[in-house]
Amino acid sequence: MDILLPVIIVAVIGLIAGVGLALASKFMAVPVDEKQEKLRACLPGANCGACGFSGCDGYAEALAKGEAEPNKCAPGGSTTAEQLAEILGVSVTESEPMIAFIACNGRPDNAVEKYTYTGMESCTAASILHGGPLTCQFGCIGFGDCAKACPFGAITVENGRPVVCKDLCMACGACVKACPKALISLVPKNAPIKVACSNKQKGAAVVKACKASCIACGMCERTCPNGAIKVVDNCAVIDYSICTGCGQCKDACKRGALI
Amino acid sequence: MKMIFAIILAGLLTNNMVLAKFLGICPFLGVSKKVNTAVSMSIAVTLVMVVATAVTWPIYTYLLYPNFTYLETIVFILVIAAIVQLIEIFLKRFIPPIYKALGIYLPLITTNCAVLGITMLNITNQMNFVHSLFNALGAGLGFMLAMVLFAGVRGKLETADIPEFLKGLPITLIAASLVSLSFLGFAGIGG
Repeated sequence: MDILLPVIIVAVIGLIAGVGLALASKFMAVPVDEKQEKLRACLPGANCGACGFSGCDGYAEALAKGEAEPNKCAPGGSTTAEQLAEILGVSVTESEPMIAFIACNGRPDNAVEKYTYTGMESCTAASILHGGPLTCQFGCIGFGDCAKACPFGAITVENGRPVVCKDLCMACGACVKACPKALISLVPKNAPIKVACSNKQKGAAVVKACKASCIACGMCERTCPNGAIKVVDNCAVIDYSICTGCGQCKDACKRGALI
Repeated sequence: MKMIFAIILAGLLTNNMVLAKFLGICPFLGVSKKVNTAVSMSIAVTLVMVVATAVTWPIYTYLLYPNFTYLETIVFILVIAAIVQLIEIFLKRFIPPIYKALGIYLPLITTNCAVLGITMLNITNQMNFVHSLFNALGAGLGFMLAMVLFAGVRGKLETADIPEFLKGLPITLIAASLVSLSFLGFAGIGG
């Protein structure tokens, strides 16, 4: 009989704990939105933040609450957008696919070097030392901070120049934030003409700094039949909502700053 | 009052859970990579220690003592596991921000020997109920002190020039032993 009482004691304590937990989980249960879980399952789980929310979970929560559009997921693209819209029961408005573009054509041959940099291989570190090793204060330093920031491995540095892979880029914008020179922007994937220079200095100074620079001559602006390209702050800017892609500005540019 | 102060000070320094008693080494090495996760884990541990003591002390004193004291370990494990689950459910329902902040650390505490250790030490040292609670609080704070100190040490290790064969866990263990050794210096304070 000596064994019976301790067994009963442990069993009763276990029973109390078990029943207590069962009751607690029943009465204090947190209702989980089924829709939110379904939405989360459709998202790619890259947690890149392109949608503007804190990762895929945050986006799914916002979607379930109706605070976000289903077309915000860049890595998922149109397939994910359709799936999300189906769960939410809304029609999807197609968003134009975008791609990261690095607005500098300086590396490797065109830009003039101011000094030879031998420090840490990081654009941010190099840019602190007199604005970087290039004479052009706006140009791409080429250590690939953007490539390191890319969660999809879409950017590779070739000959000191970062190249964006068209198929891998999901336009999440991680590189846009990483570039210390703020050279990267998201442009439409099918943009016919891009301005590959960001120098905002006057023409004479720019000519000395780089062979492929925009000197703000205004030739493109005068050539464009639609007025889609304008020189703003000594550098050409294209309005893609007007640009038809005729390519006349590219032919007119003597500097090769348009690609 | 003087006694309570002595108990908390002992928990912090001379009887430090991790560095003097070598309990709770797993989270000490596992979760001390960053200061903020170390603090989250320590808060969770402190909370569970105090609540667990509040439940296990009466169970031992009024139910198990004097005939079934050998049931101490198994009953305490059972009770602590249940309490951790209960706290988790409670936090999830009523204080979701804390639930999210503690994350995985709360369920991990179920198997934390520091929690079981402190409840059993309270019994072994024959403390009364109030002193037991403060002992649990002091031990929790001591755990936090050790975690935060060691998170700082590990932060330094990140940038230190370490010989190849010591990189990673070996140097972490050596650093832990040195921090523990330094706490030996507190032995004797407060009796």
